[in-house]
Amino acid sequence: MLPHWLRTWQLGVKSLALHPLRSLLTVLGIFIGVASVIWLLAIGEGISQAARRQIEGLGASNVIIRSIKPSAEVSEGSQGPMPYGLTRDDFDRLTTTIPTIQRALPIRELRRRFNYSGRTVDGQLVGCTPEYAEVTQLFVKMGRFLSDADLRDRKNYCVLASGTAKQLFPFEDPVGRSIRIEEDYYRVIGVMKERAPMAGIGGSLAGRDFKDDVYIPISTLWNRIGDMIMTRRSGSFEGEIVQLSQVTLRIDKTEHVLETADLAKDILNRHHPNGDYGVTIPLELLEQAKTTRIMFILFLGLIAAVSLVVGGIGIMNIMLATVTERTREIGIRRALGAKRRDIIRQFLIETISLSIMGGLTGVLGGLTCGPISNAVRSGLEATVPDVMEQLPEVIQTVQPVIVPFSIPLAFGISVSIGVIFGLYPAIRAARMDPIEALRHE
Amino acid sequence: MKWAVRVERLTKDYVMDGETVHALRDVSFDVPEGDFLSIMGASGSGKSTLLNLLGCLDRPTAGQILLGDDDISRLDDNRLSEIRASRIGFIFQSYNLIPQLTVLENIEVPLHYQRRLDSRARRQSVELAEMVGLADRLKHRPTQLSGGQQQRVAIARSLINDPYYILADEPTGNLDSHTTEEILLLLEELNHQGKTIVMVTHEPEVGDRSNRIIRLRDGEISSDKRLREVAESL
Ligand SMILES: Nc1ncnc2c1ncn2[C@@H]1O[C@H](COP(=O)(O)OP(=O)(O)O)[C@@H](O)[C@H]1O
Ligand SMILES: [Mg+2]
Repeated sequence: MLPHWLRTWQLGVKSLALHPLRSLLTVLGIFIGVASVIWLLAIGEGISQAARRQIEGLGASNVIIRSIKPSAEVSEGSQGPMPYGLTRDDFDRLTTTIPTIQRALPIRELRRRFNYSGRTVDGQLVGCTPEYAEVTQLFVKMGRFLSDADLRDRKNYCVLASGTAKQLFPFEDPVGRSIRIEEDYYRVIGVMKERAPMAGIGGSLAGRDFKDDVYIPISTLWNRIGDMIMTRRSGSFEGEIVQLSQVTLRIDKTEHVLETADLAKDILNRHHPNGDYGVTIPLELLEQAKTTRIMFILFLGLIAAVSLVVGGIGIMNIMLATVTERTREIGIRRALGAKRRDIIRQFLIETISLSIMGGLTGVLGGLTCGPISNAVRSGLEATVPDVMEQLPEVIQTVQPVIVPFSIPLAFGISVSIGVIFGLYPAIRAARMDPIEALRHE
Repeated sequence: MKWAVRVERLTKDYVMDGETVHALRDVSFDVPEGDFLSIMGASGSGKSTLLNLLGCLDRPTAGQILLGDDDISRLDDNRLSEIRASRIGFIFQSYNLIPQLTVLENIEVPLHYQRRLDSRARRQSVELAEMVGLADRLKHRPTQLSGGQQQRVAIARSLINDPYYILADEPTGNLDSHTTEEILLLLEELNHQGKTIVMVTHEPEVGDRSNRIIRLRDGEISSDKRLREVAESL
């Protein structure tokens, strides 16, 4: 014979089985609530981890300064192309006056068309120093990256990003060949491995995908292309004079990052009253990201909690109906010796069974978060690629990360919801007068 | 003489819309062990009220109900539930079986609430089912049974806790004459085995089968007539 509590449980399950569809729908409500708690928290965690990784990828001890094109009003009235942004003088001033700067990386980026034997790729030409590869976490696939000697000698060497290499040299080994940019030829000395794209992070730091890049020594860029860049835009030419697109400062100690950034701003402001530059401090972003993460989790948790409460209301609704329907049964049981607390227990067990079933299936549903979201994403990419491209980058790339505490949390909440929302109907059942209940049709 | 239950000066008032209905007024009688008592009377005379009080489903306004040595008229809800589970058997006009339970499970319900379900109890409920002639229906559900069969299940259920007395509220009210006869024979047999039965009925031919008829009128006993002596229990 089963022990008493198991029999009571068995009885509850039997009663639920009387209305399978109704029970199923109620379980579904809780299932959705629990799964969405886990999903939402996992997606939130995925987004914030990605953001953190990106910020950390920028280097917690770095300060990134970028040139910003002044708005139209500021440049209005001036004749011809107006110079803006960071200059080589700025670079020297910063590196010579601030002792806490361990290293400074000058970068110059521009859009260019790369050509090789009839094939072309439109991409980003990046003038940089050898440290660029390490700082942006690019790794060599073939050949080598730029060297100090290349920089000193202003070599017409270039290194291709993986995408550029694939498109320009679909069949050949690019190393040793020469590609043409405008009128100049550059010898390919290396190809980099693929690198995950980097989303834009606040301020002046735009997203980068590192796919169609070509890297050349910055000294070569200054020498061959210069600071003045003409771009063809809607029929007319537009000129820009920019010496440096970006300077990445590596600070000797993390504690010095914030003061050094302030100091750098002070120095730059003297020569840039119109604010044609922006400073990104990954360390600061990291702090922000931590608070954003907590806010995010709270917010998503709130949404999920609401859906759980909705599930709970569903349970209560069903149980109230059940109690009314089974008034007679309650009367019989009371007459045959059930105490009020036996009745409460009976109905609570039913609601708890429903919410446990919802909780268990919800946890399983929550665990499928990663595979399912990937499947949906690749499904959408295959069927409606244009729509996918319109979606924000986070949605395209986010990898949900299941937060371990969300599983017991969601499960615990679902069971508590069963208890909380089942209690009232159960008490109502127990309060019934047995004589009245027996008379109920 | 031993008593199954003794009722002393039992009074029950209902207050409805500010008006007091005297459902029972100063009713006193004793039920010896092994008696088969019918309570009869016009509608509204207080039969159900009396049965509910005897069944510990309600508490009297005044007076006492002595069940063995215990006065049950002032007990709280929990204690009353315990007494219903352990000392009283119920048979209803509309059988009142629990639809989702099998015949056997229905018979065992009172034991469930006494936490007394074990393999011995299981054997006992099988025996009771056999006694009422449902040995081949143990796993059936109430809806798969005829009215007479359902009432037999209810009778088996009323016996499972070996009660002080069985309360039967119009036990044949929903049955045709043939089935009524079967059920009455079963009740008589139980009575001959020494079970005390208190039955409410308004059918004279059903009442005549018992040992004694108490008639109620306006909440008072108008007559208390003994038809047969209490059978000596075996
Ligand atoms: N719950 C109740 N509330 C108010 N009055 C009641 C209630 N139950 C019974 N009565 C009244 O008590 C009297 C006796 O009723 P009842 O015991 O049901 O009679 P019977 O079963 O003999 O028809 C009737 O007048 C009835 O209206
Ligand atoms: Mg009545």
